Amino acid sequence: MGLENKIFESLPDVLTVKLDAVVNWARKSSLWPATFGLACCAIEMMNTVSARNDLSRFGAETFRASPRQADVMIVSGRVSRKMAPVLRRIYDQMPEPKWVISMGACATSGGVFDNYAIVQGVDKVVPVDIYVPGCPPRPEMLVHAITMLQDKIMKESVKDRTDTIEAESRGSIVPGTLPVTEGTALEAETEVEVAQKNISRPYTIPSRHERRRSF
Amino acid sequence: MSSAAETIAADFDAIDEPLETQMTLSMGPQHPSTHGVLRLDLRLDGELVVKAIPDIGYLHTGMEKLFEYKKYQQGIVITDRMDYLNPLGNNLAYVMAAEKLLQFEIPERAQVVRVLMCELQRIASHMVWLGTHCLDIGAMSVFFYCFRQREKILNLIEAASGGRMTPSYFRIGGLMMDLPAGFDRRVRQFMDDFPEAMDTFNTLVTGNRIWQSRTKDIGYISKEDAISWGLTGPCLRASGVDLDLRRDNPYTGYETYDFDIPVETGGDVWARFMVRMRELEESYKIVRQALERLKPGPIKADAPKVVLPDRDDMRKHMDSLIHHFLIVAEGFNVPPGEVYHAIEASKGELGVYMKSNGGPKPERVHFRGPSFVNLAALPVMSEGEMVADVVAIIGSLDIVLGEIDR
Amino acid sequence: MTEKLHEFVETLKSANPEWVGDVKDALGEVTVTVPREHIFAACEFLRDSLGFDMLADLCGGDRGPEEDPRFEVNYHLFSTTHHRRLRLKVLLSEDDPKVESVTPLWKTADWHERETYDLVGVVFENHPDLRRILLPSDFDGHALRKDYPLRGYEPYSMN
Repeated sequence: MGLENKIFESLPDVLTVKLDAVVNWARKSSLWPATFGLACCAIEMMNTVSARNDLSRFGAETFRASPRQADVMIVSGRVSRKMAPVLRRIYDQMPEPKWVISMGACATSGGVFDNYAIVQGVDKVVPVDIYVPGCPPRPEMLVHAITMLQDKIMKESVKDRTDTIEAESRGSIVPGTLPVTEGTALEAETEVEVAQKNISRPYTIPSRHERRRSF
Repeated sequence: MSSAAETIAADFDAIDEPLETQMTLSMGPQHPSTHGVLRLDLRLDGELVVKAIPDIGYLHTGMEKLFEYKKYQQGIVITDRMDYLNPLGNNLAYVMAAEKLLQFEIPERAQVVRVLMCELQRIASHMVWLGTHCLDIGAMSVFFYCFRQREKILNLIEAASGGRMTPSYFRIGGLMMDLPAGFDRRVRQFMDDFPEAMDTFNTLVTGNRIWQSRTKDIGYISKEDAISWGLTGPCLRASGVDLDLRRDNPYTGYETYDFDIPVETGGDVWARFMVRMRELEESYKIVRQALERLKPGPIKADAPKVVLPDRDDMRKHMDSLIHHFLIVAEGFNVPPGEVYHAIEASKGELGVYMKSNGGPKPERVHFRGPSFVNLAALPVMSEGEMVADVVAIIGSLDIVLGEIDR
Repeated sequence: MTEKLHEFVETLKSANPEWVGDVKDALGEVTVTVPREHIFAACEFLRDSLGFDMLADLCGGDRGPEEDPRFEVNYHLFSTTHHRRLRLKVLLSEDDPKVESVTPLWKTADWHERETYDLVGVVFENHPDLRRILLPSDFDGHALRKDYPLRGYEPYSMN
């Protein structure tokens, strides 16, 4: 209590800081991961969260099961061909700002499994910020990855990371896969497109984050 | 997505109740309580489960095909990633099948160390089971206590083999390398603290009225159904069948150890829970006995063309160097034949069917994963239960998707 | 060690000699090759009269595209009463890889047969629900066949 008072007495009443510094500091200090544990690396992720190596010291207080409430997706484990569309869908459901850590050799590059069943690197499906090698990586390595991601976040600029433009994101819905409320403009659009049948729609439109990969 | 509709079973719609009162819920594949990437198609009438169909394959890794392209020694590394909570058990099953084909005699110290490491691994696997089962049902602090014990065991396994979760410690013919100095002192230290941890678990969970009411009379499967569905391990012993491969088809010298097999007759989630809790105490007894039997001796079988020589030998003697080079570069030829070897892993009967055609790579390796067979019985156990109980039933089956999907 | 198993095989043979094709005793295990028309009857006899009440494993294999018969299906039977194991083998040719399903006898055969169909391509008749279980439902081909390349035909990429 005494030290704080001494500091506050010597500072002026109003401080000016860069907007980037404050917002990025807030974002990096409370990175809540989404549970995307797939295989063995998921168990090491559970070890990182438990008592000996405590990830919540670094801001990752809870692992949210719903991607709508999460900031970072730690893809831990091998991604098979059947799972890859699900991974992309969960990534799309996360709101901006979002980051991806690819944990383990299998998520980074396919790992030991160079065969028909495993996607050779999860960056063929989602854009990745931090790659963590290891099979499985030690919990300390995952902690290092989180701190490295925090450093990366501090270097970003807030103006780069806006939300996807609504028309683009609406255009990324594949017709026939989601229920459409009757009577809205969305229904008209999808019907027209389905009638035309000559629009080849990519599975997803890349967001602004993906287009600006150089940080 | 639309392809999900094609994976639903053909008779899923043939139900008497009209569609207006029922809802189809797809639980997973990304779900905190399904212990991995499992998708369950649930047809619900309110909260009651009318039909439950598991959809697996989201972690299919093509391991069985990969084995055919790797030499026998290289395949050991792949087996670690199969049931990733019990990697030493997978290693043991694969290595023993290959030793059966080669008709090796394993020295006694290697057998005792194999038993010791397998039982430690069984305790570690049950710690994860208990932690995640309690986490799903809501008792979150037990998760942290269990993982604290598991960290100690992982440190022991790391001291012996270098890897926490993917040790690959066993080799065809014996062990990778000998136990480090002071290992038995560290194991004794862990074992001295373990009964106190068991008391903590029993206080927090076993005697807890909420836990008992959430697990008793849920997920019942009868004895005949259990045998017909091929359940093995704690799931079978909880339905009243007294079967344990460590006693009935013994391997690695298990017939010389003194331990009991816990059997319950309830057939529900509570019975499976009690069987595993008592198995922890039995594993404790076996580890104590194995520690007494550790005597100095060779750890690899005497077969210079198959087993890698010691590093010192390799550096000093020319023939050891040549053998080392040939084994690593070309592999060793295994006589043609086929063998099925089953061990009692922490989840049930882990069987390996290995077929060799005389070359350095196997022709067919098939793993009979206990979780694969146990999960097939989930519809029988969960029809008529509430959705929240399905979570408890999955936890009690103790499934690992790596083993199911291979 | 395998004398009791040979007794079982003799009992099986005396019940119907057509059931037993070829008996092999190696490495402490007994393998009986059963012609594919009789596999259901042989399994039923073994389950009801000789006590093999558990089907431990059912796995298929591809011997190679040049071999004839190309496919084989192995049934590993286990008894919870006398703790003995017996292997039955059915050989199938490439043009007609069909065999009858043993799901009515042991319910665990359901998923094992689906896996064999998925990975090797053996069709099980009278199976309640034969569809792919491990590979994606729109997958082309059967992955564990010897002529399917290890790395598949096309790498997966979304960008």
